[in-house]
Amino acid sequence: MIEVKNVDKSFDGNHVLKDVSATFETGITNMIIGQSGSGKTVLMKSIIGLHRIDHGEIKYDGRNLPDMHMSEIRILRKEVGMLFQGSALFDSLSVLENVMYPLEMFSSSTKEEMTERARFCLSHVNLEEKAFHLAPSEISGGMQKRVAIARAIALQPKYLFCDEPNSGLDPKTSLIIDRLIYEITHEFNITTIINSHDMNSVMEIGENIIFINNGQKAWQGNKNEIFHVNNQKLNDFVFASNLYKKVRESNQQS
Amino acid sequence: MSLISTTGKYFLLMERVFVLPDRWKMFFRQFPKELEKLGLQSLPIVAIISIFIGFIMTMQTKLNTSNPLLPVYTTGLVTRDTLLLEFSSTILCLILAGKVGSNIASEIGTMRITEQIDALEIMGVNSANYLILPKIVAFVVMMPFLVIFSMGLGLVGGYFVGILTSILTTGNYLIGIQYAFVPYYIFYSLLKSMIFAFLISSIAAYYGYYAYGGALDVGKASTNAVVNGSILILFFNILITKLMLN
Ligand SMILES: Nc1ncnc2c1ncn2[C@@H]1O[C@H](COP(=O)(O)OP(=O)(O)OP(=O)(O)O)[C@@H](O)[C@H]1O
Ligand SMILES: [Mg+2]
Repeated sequence: MIEVKNVDKSFDGNHVLKDVSATFETGITNMIIGQSGSGKTVLMKSIIGLHRIDHGEIKYDGRNLPDMHMSEIRILRKEVGMLFQGSALFDSLSVLENVMYPLEMFSSSTKEEMTERARFCLSHVNLEEKAFHLAPSEISGGMQKRVAIARAIALQPKYLFCDEPNSGLDPKTSLIIDRLIYEITHEFNITTIINSHDMNSVMEIGENIIFINNGQKAWQGNKNEIFHVNNQKLNDFVFASNLYKKVRESNQQS
Repeated sequence: MSLISTTGKYFLLMERVFVLPDRWKMFFRQFPKELEKLGLQSLPIVAIISIFIGFIMTMQTKLNTSNPLLPVYTTGLVTRDTLLLEFSSTILCLILAGKVGSNIASEIGTMRITEQIDALEIMGVNSANYLILPKIVAFVVMMPFLVIFSMGLGLVGGYFVGILTSILTTGNYLIGIQYAFVPYYIFYSLLKSMIFAFLISSIAAYYGYYAYGGALDVGKASTNAVVNGSILILFFNILITKLMLN
């Protein structure tokens, strides 16, 4: 479980996160939703410690990140995997080497064991063998996401962060990636946090949803509750598309 | 941002860069690549520029000092000392600030905006040390060789004036470039150029590392790297010359 309490973060006077508090449960997919620019990425990077917060607490199963020394943070990082918004694969390395990279950094296994593990992770995300030795620039965006997921789970993380896992993907591939993250979370009992502004993913895998509006938490609940909330900002977000408007209308009729 | 806070941020970054690598294996995997990219790949441009400047400098010196009272060694001497003192160190570094500086800033800047640096940090890597140290060390190590190479080819360029034109004889030129040779100048030049190499690579790394935004911002970062790197070279040139030649 990750608990966030009263977190503030600003950049050169631009106050991005304002007193955000939330809890993220273990073994389920926690989602942070909100408009573009609302501060989702900043919140996620603050939780991981890539941004130093101005004020507040971030507790990983009781361990408070802002109190930690660099050496303790490094130990924590071994338990963390992250999927970045743009995949962030290292372009000088092949697909397989990308997945092996965290293993080389952290584990003391032999080269064979690491290759074994990397291959296992890549096949777990349904990547074909023939793509293993290509450079990231030679594979499609959807495949890059899969490689990034494989890299994120290579060290069997206890905490998995996904920043807009399906941005730039077609609806079908998005669905596959969402389900993949959902399955991995449940299979390995991971505390997963997903940033998204895609209502389809929210409806697909949103087990615990935190809605961020303009740097503040405006609502928390699950995908069954989200249609029945009396919150103007959240409604604007949820029913932005005609499809969901229609869903609401048909709900109200029945 | 104000000069003071930029300087402070630069030194804080350097503090993270200059620690012993956690994984020497990673450092030694990166280091030869940087030697190649920043050093060897600069050889062609250094060669072309040095030969041509050596040539034109010799020609200009000869044409503009046509007074028959001047000794025969004048042209060679002036060419040699200009090469040794300024061209093959300062001017060469200004040129390399453009080539190497923009290369480093855009490479690191791109890694920053595509979140590859964040990805390294997540994996517990000191990204500043891992990415920047091999570049700085490689460039500082390569620089003296580039300078010597440039001095040599600059002198060869001057020699061609004797061969290709009739304004100067190769004999007089050769006497000139050997006349009143001060070996200390070479030491001064090499030391100076190593300091410039450090400035170029560390400043470019700084601008790349703190790039934020998109492709446009990477462009800005590399422009800043080249402009500010060049200004600092000129400034340090005066400082070092004052200290070493006064
Ligand atoms: N490193 C940074 N330096 C300065 N400002 C930043 C930085 N990172 C984010 N911001 C600012 O924080 C605000 C929120 O950005 P953030 O990336 O968190 O949005 P987001 O909710 O993730 O949007 P999107 O859905 O488009 O990814 C923006 O106004 C942005 O300009
Ligand atoms: Mg974002």
